[in-house]
Amino acid sequence: MKLINYIANIFIAIFRLLQGMYITMLNLIRKKVTEQYPENRGKKEQFEQMRGQLVMPHNENNQHKCTACLICMTNCPNGTIQITTKMEMNEETGKEKKVLDTYMYDLGCCTYCSLCTWTCPQDAIEWSQNFEHAMFTRSKLNIRLNKEGSSLAPKNK
Amino acid sequence: MFDFAIVTSWIDQFLRSFLSAGWTLFVEFVLIGLVILALYAVLALLLIYVERKVCAFFQCRIGPNRVGPWGVLQSVADMVKILLKELINIKRVDPFLFKAAMFLVIIASICTFGALPFARGLQTIDFNIGVFYLLAVSSLGVVGILLAGWSSNNKYTMIGAMRSGAQLISYELSAGLSLMAIVVLSGSMQLSEIVNQQAEMWFIFKGHIPAFIAFVIYLIAGHAETNRGPFDLPEAESELTAGYHTEYSGIQFGFFYLAEYLNMFIVAAIATTMFLGGWMPLHIPGWEGFNQVMDFIPSVIWFFGKAFLCVFLALWVRWSFPRLRIDQLLNLEWKVLMPISLINILLMALLVL
Repeated sequence: MKLINYIANIFIAIFRLLQGMYITMLNLIRKKVTEQYPENRGKKEQFEQMRGQLVMPHNENNQHKCTACLICMTNCPNGTIQITTKMEMNEETGKEKKVLDTYMYDLGCCTYCSLCTWTCPQDAIEWSQNFEHAMFTRSKLNIRLNKEGSSLAPKNK
Repeated sequence: MFDFAIVTSWIDQFLRSFLSAGWTLFVEFVLIGLVILALYAVLALLLIYVERKVCAFFQCRIGPNRVGPWGVLQSVADMVKILLKELINIKRVDPFLFKAAMFLVIIASICTFGALPFARGLQTIDFNIGVFYLLAVSSLGVVGILLAGWSSNNKYTMIGAMRSGAQLISYELSAGLSLMAIVVLSGSMQLSEIVNQQAEMWFIFKGHIPAFIAFVIYLIAGHAETNRGPFDLPEAESELTAGYHTEYSGIQFGFFYLAEYLNMFIVAAIATTMFLGGWMPLHIPGWEGFNQVMDFIPSVIWFFGKAFLCVFLALWVRWSFPRLRIDQLLNLEWKVLMPISLINILLMALLVL
């Protein structure tokens, strides 16, 4: 009985080892997962939820959706966002209204927690998939998100 | 098929034409030494590249691909790097043994190259006990490993060397016994004779099941002797940092590294010579046209092709299985492989009778 067990064990072991080798062979012929970065630059699609860099989308008339409510600035845990506002006269109603002047975003401080984009009531800011943030000076990481001369987009009614 | 004996005998006659017999021998010795050393270095670089590529493919990576096309010059660059590295002098080592150990390891693996038949007529020395010589010399490396472990004055190297010694001594048995099965089949220990007998049919086919069992056992035992793959206890990096070569640096470490890779090739080359017909092309009795086509492929390509197939098998095993524990390792040898190879010799003897 012991001898039969011994021989049976050898055959079972060989079978199991071959199973393992079969699986590694499948890995050998599988498509390789390595990304060759500088060569495939711009060719590779990033994931949709990737948080690369905060951007403020502008439409074709250079208008954004930010109403300068400062919710993102208050929510930001480490002061990455600095918003300055200005008062602007509305011609139609003749009243003064608070509008966005500059939206400064310090990429060097950002922890990509996404609290700003989740809490934005207007969906004025979102994540882009740009991940190449390396700069030679720190000041270049301080990015102004709203473009020069941009204004608030009129609400769709 | 091209016979390399034409080239070698031409060189011999050319030298004899203006040198005395003694000087001719001397010049030939030097030439052969240089050729073997060059072959050794080139094979080592090639094997390191192959190992890294195959390892990468098994892990779904690409492997070295920056230096030269497909990274073929990567191992050359690594060689230059390791030659330029500092040799660190370690206090309280045994200086003579510490420096001698790596040469023992590397000499043991170079010596085997002398007896291997690489192609038709391309064999340095044809001993009539060639198999015995190969077994003796290829297991000499363990002396160097033990010396390295002992002289480094370090617990990790000591444990690694002891494990290596236990492993090599036990696996040498079944490696020898499985080669003995082929010696029984061929009735000769001369490597050229063994290769010539495989002209019609390789021994792995001619010897039926016993030869196949011997082939598998030799591959397992030989793989264990090279301290690689699932049997890499002597240099288990998670337990012993780097085992017996922990204290070595620069090219001193490089020698151990080189010897390890070349031992892998030597095991593959011995398996090729003994079981897969050496440099003999694949011949199937009765298929005359097929045999003629196979004869056109040079014998060097046959030898290295088969050897690299065995190397690939070794790599495949290495990157498939987890490391064994020391008791599992010895159990595998003494309780499984050795009884099987003893019975296998008996089977082979019955088959020959």
